[in-house]
Amino acid sequence: MSRRARTVLALAALGALAGLLTWAVTGLPGSGHPPGPNARRVPLLLARERHVANAVNGVTYDLRAADSLGEELILFAAALGAAVLLRTRGRRRSAGAGEHSAATSGALRAFGAALVAPLIVLGSYLVAHGQLTPGGGFQGGVVLAAVVLLVYAAGQQARLRRMKAQPAADVVEAAGAAAFALVGLGGIVFVGALLANFLSYGSLGALLSGGTVPLLSVVTGVEVTGGVALIMLEFMVGEW
Amino acid sequence: MSVLQLAALAAVTVSGTAVALVRDPLRQAIVAGVFGVALALLFFVYQAPDVALSAIVVATVAVPLMVVLTLGRLREEESEGEDEG
Repeated sequence: MSRRARTVLALAALGALAGLLTWAVTGLPGSGHPPGPNARRVPLLLARERHVANAVNGVTYDLRAADSLGEELILFAAALGAAVLLRTRGRRRSAGAGEHSAATSGALRAFGAALVAPLIVLGSYLVAHGQLTPGGGFQGGVVLAAVVLLVYAAGQQARLRRMKAQPAADVVEAAGAAAFALVGLGGIVFVGALLANFLSYGSLGALLSGGTVPLLSVVTGVEVTGGVALIMLEFMVGEW
Repeated sequence: MSVLQLAALAAVTVSGTAVALVRDPLRQAIVAGVFGVALALLFFVYQAPDVALSAIVVATVAVPLMVVLTLGRLREEESEGEDEG
């Protein structure tokens, strides 16, 4: 097909797509009003019957928790796959390769080191307050895993190796995934349904409220921290 | 539609187009991070802070990072291949 014909075809297809999109978007209800039936019901249901202030995490860790279990296992399998593939390929690298990172500027080292502690606090806050404020295990877990990236950016690759960061990430990831599955089994044992809540709901707005919702948020945080950190370490540090 | 919403939509349009127009994969990863920030702002302006946080960690940290790490790894292996040959 000639270049001209391809251009004509592409423009015609893009024009048709733009027309359909415009048609679809103009038919959407305005943002926020009027709210659909579930936008009213779900937050009230979660606040009254589960004592969860953040409806989003109430849905992901209570009403639809089985779905989150599947997502946990997807991330677990993805990190495992990346580790398996990269470890086989990594054998070709010479033993000393990447031991000392190339000249890292003083500014980058200072910046990386200074951000480590605030990021740990922010990540832990997001993980622990999943039932109260926006955030939760997944977002907080990625923030916590980014600490590993900062240590690497600060030129401390050899230190990550000495700390045995990679075997630690292995264990943390597996422990998080297992803990999520165990909480799910706890629902079967104590209540009779997978991932059903078996803890006290506490009072709405308290740090320990929502029964298993904060617990699942924390174990998700552990799993995501381990999984994302493992993927990054496999790429950055290679063979340890 | 408020001015903030229009500004956020414009930022997403511009940065999204920029990601597609940049040809070098390394630069593209960085521009994709900027697109992620614009997307996070858009969600925040539309009062979806949970989604905005997810957009920040996925679109501005995880995705560009994975691309950059993969490119770094590929270059390492390429230079090693040259050394051996």
